[in-house]
Formats: sequence, C-alpha cells, structure tokens
Amino acid sequence: MVQLTIISAGQGLTVQDLGRPGWKAQGLSTGGAADPLALLEAAALLGTSPAQAVIEMMGFGGRFKADEGTRFALTGATMDADVDGVRVLPNSTSFLPAGATLTVGAAKAGVYGYLAFAGGITTPLIMDSRAAHLTAGIGKRLQAGDTLPLGLDPDRMRAPRKLRVEDRFSGGTVRIMPGPQTDFFDQQALDAFTKTTFHRSPRGNRQGIRLEHSGAEFGTKDGLNHVSDLIVPGDIQVTGAGVPYVLLAECQTIGGYPRIGSVIPADLPKIAQATPGTTLQFRFLTLEEADATAQTQAAKLRQLAQMCQPMVRDPHDIADLLRYQLISGATSGDDLERP
Amino acid sequence: MNTSLPEPELRPLGVDGILVRFARTLTEAANARALAFCEQAKNASIAGVTEVASSLVSVRVGFDPHVTNRNSVTQAVTKLLASEQATQNSPKRLWRIPVAFGPTYAPQLGEVAALAGLTPEQAVAEVEATTVRVIAIGFAPGQPYLGMLPSNWNVPRQSNLTDSLPRGALICAVRQLIIWAAEAPTGWRHIGQTAFRVYLPEATDPFALEPGDAVQFSAVSDSDFRDIEANTDTNGGATCEVLR
Repeated sequence: MVQLTIISAGQGLTVQDLGRPGWKAQGLSTGGAADPLALLEAAALLGTSPAQAVIEMMGFGGRFKADEGTRFALTGATMDADVDGVRVLPNSTSFLPAGATLTVGAAKAGVYGYLAFAGGITTPLIMDSRAAHLTAGIGKRLQAGDTLPLGLDPDRMRAPRKLRVEDRFSGGTVRIMPGPQTDFFDQQALDAFTKTTFHRSPRGNRQGIRLEHSGAEFGTKDGLNHVSDLIVPGDIQVTGAGVPYVLLAECQTIGGYPRIGSVIPADLPKIAQATPGTTLQFRFLTLEEADATAQTQAAKLRQLAQMCQPMVRDPHDIADLLRYQLISGATSGDDLERP
Repeated sequence: MNTSLPEPELRPLGVDGILVRFARTLTEAANARALAFCEQAKNASIAGVTEVASSLVSVRVGFDPHVTNRNSVTQAVTKLLASEQATQNSPKRLWRIPVAFGPTYAPQLGEVAALAGLTPEQAVAEVEATTVRVIAIGFAPGQPYLGMLPSNWNVPRQSNLTDSLPRGALICAVRQLIIWAAEAPTGWRHIGQTAFRVYLPEATDPFALEPGDAVQFSAVSDSDFRDIEANTDTNGGATCEVLR
C-alpha cells in the first residue's frame, strides 16, 4: 500500500468517485464527483477503472506527497501544478516520484479539479463507494496532515498520454429536457426562461447552484402549492421569487419547488464547472433529442480512451532537461574486442 | 382499481427515467396506490430497469438506456398499470418510537396545538393516538414523511425557515410528521424530540424505515428521554414488530 500525505489543502477537498446509485428510494442521492466526466478522462489517461476514487478539489488544490512513486493525472478545472517545481500539464499523465511534492494551485478555469492516482484511493467502502457525501454524513473534508491509502500503480512504466478535453469551463448554452412539471409552467413562462441570460451566482455547492438574472419572471400557474416529488441531478427548481437552482450530484431526493426542466447529463458538467458570474442560457431539446444524448459511462470512457494520444514533449519546454539521462548505452567502442 | 383517482400521468424524469404520477395533490389513496405500484414494478423485473423509487404520490422507474429504451419501459409500465392488483395495503411492520414533548424538546408544540385548535396536552394525545404510515422516504437519507394526522392538523409550513434542528426532531406541517435527519433549513415546526436515528451510514442495513411501515409515537418524560438517549443498546428506545 502507498501512503499519500496531504501537506496542505484548500477548503473544498474531498474523496470522490462515481457515487452511490440505487439508493434514491431510501433518500440518498447518488452523489460522487460534481463533474463525473473528469473522472472518466482521468481513467482514460491512466488506463484505470473509472470506479477508482480521486481527490476532488473545489477552487483550490493543495500539496501532496506519496511514499512510493506513482503516475497521476489532473483533470477537470484547470489548475497550475508542479512536482518539486517542475510544471505538470493538465489532462495528461505525469509521474510523482516517492517523496517529491506535488503542488496544485488555484483554479484558473472551472470550479472542480480532480487529482487521480493510478492505483486509486483505497479508503474503506461505505455502501459500495468511497465518495464523501457531506450532507448525508458520509466522509469528511480533507485537511492538512491527513493521509490516504493509495493502491500501487499497476503500470508505472506506461508511456505518458494526453487528452484534448471538452471545454466545459466557460458557460454558454446548456441543453435541457422536459420533466414531470414542465407543463406546470405556461408557454409564456417557458419562453421567458429560454430567452433569459443567467449568471451563476456565488451561492452554490455540490448540492446545486443558484442562477441570477434581471429578466422577466417565470413562475408556475399555481404558485408553490405543489406536492413534493422525486428529483434527479440536473433538475432546475424555480423558487417562489423566480430564482432558478440547478441541482447537482449531492442534491436532495425529493423537493417541493416546481421544476421547469432538467439539464441533460452530457451538459451538467458545464453547470458544475461554471464559476460565479459565468453566463448560461438554456435551450429545450425534445424528449427524443434528449434521449439520444444518453451515453453510459462505459461508452464514454471507451470514446475518451480512443482520443488519448501519446505525449511528445518538446525538449524546449523541458525546464529540467539536464536532469534526464538523455544518452544511454554509449560505449567506448571497443566492447566487442575486449575479452 | 380506485375510480376516485385520475388516470396516472407518465412523464420523463431524466434521460434514464419515467415518473408515474398518480395525483397532483397528496391523498392517502394516491399515496397507497403509489406505494403499491412501486412494489409491483419492483417485482415485475422489467428488462433494463435499474431502480424503482416512490415518493408521496409517484413512482420513478429508472432504466439503463443502453439495455432498453423509453418506449419499451413505457409499454411495460402501461401494461403493469392495466393489471394493477388489489395489493395488501396493511403495514408489514409497526414501529413504536418514544418522544419527549417537554418544553425544551418541543419549542413549537404550543404554536402547532393552537393552530390545530387543541391544547398542548390534547395535541400530544392526538399524536399518540394516531398510527401514521411512512408515506415517503426522502429529502435526506432515510428521512420519513409520516401521515396522515387528523384534518385539524392541516397546519401550513411557517414562512420563516428554522435554520437548523437537532437530528431526530419530530416536526410537523400539513397533516404530516417528519423525524428530521437533514442539515438544512426547514419551514416545518418542531413539536417533539426522538432519539431515533433513521439512517446509520456504517451499518450493514443503514436505513431503518421503509415506505408503508406503521409508526406509533409514545410520550416519555424528559428524564426518561435522557436515559433513552444515553442508552446506545437500542435505536432511541424504538421497537419494531413484524406484522406480516
């Protein structure tokens, strides 16, 4: 077993994986990574299982050290990183030698960055998952001084790879689908909603984010007098004041506010990764169009794995070029002649 | 089977789910039908269906879109609805849960009693006399919505939210009770305190209650309640009797 030490940590570090599906009936939402696509990207790069647990870093990273060398990848929000001062590129595999310090800084684009190690984090499973679900009392925020067990890197010598990722860090148009309460809103309200430009409010967390706007109101025909009903991540709740909240991985399972529609899973990372102030607009898909976007995580992972490319580094970009053993196998030229 | 209810509405709920809604307002009949259909849908083992969950008046049938599709699941659900059986509606289990109703444990009991046209003593007696059912589990893990109390308990949520409540708080609104398990503000009023934990994340069986379970509350003195709280051998002094 490898031990990872967290030397310092930002405020929003937790262990995450793809969460705990299947407990909705018991009131426990799936939870897991706020941007699950980043976990699939990391798995594609490292050639590992997407079920492995990673460190999710909201807004800011930390400093880390492992007692055995291991490959790792940084995906999701773009965060500056280095290993003992040598820059590490995002969305590619890198090597953290035993005892070296990996420093991950503030997010420059996006909200949630992910640090995945090739052996995965191997904390005990709780209900088949290692994901912290803080509102459900599972797991905790990581702090300086904490240690985490990692699995051994199964393939330390695997050639480094890189991946060009989908830009989901700059807002834009988000596709939504109709839900069970869309027809609680009249056409005028639906039109007002899709014509409005929203800004991601500073208020938001893994449960959901609030959207602000200065456009027309779009309440339901009969106000807030609705019976509470089941929720899925992506649902857009509209509260009394016409303020929409988009629900994320760690949302509650039942809610009473009417929901105008639901962000399709393929576009939900755009919501999770929108920094405060980012502009967002919504466009309704028909049910058929929305269903056609459904993709299993396994299928997405296969697609990403095919997109990974070998990493060829330009020697000009290698700051520590002289640290590398550039020539090996040189001889004095008379080896074969010697006895 | 129940002619007083409208035709169930089938609606999409996510790219991998269908919501079957039995009513747009909460009634005991609609809830009973939702819980019965949830059982029926679970037992039907529809191909590609991954998860069946109920709420107050509806059931979500979740499916794997790579194994099946919305049309096939819709057809299977429609067929099931046509063959809805007169299911056994009696509870499978009866829970008895102690509650402290002393002033420190029940800061809003007087307020709710007044709204229900009762004295606090009468309110406690009515809660004790009503066998409620778990009509839904949700919002927070394992958290039960319990109903229905007599019609004089149709007390609205308060407009000012209470920021936080202790775990196990017995709270009340719109003829329902909740044993509180969330860390969130709420508009429901705090009328008693249990030491019952609805959810134990590290236990093999983490969730105590199931939709359909019957629950009776019994008032205990504040000092007895403190003894119950201190005793970790039981879950808040609750007992569970298997009925069928």
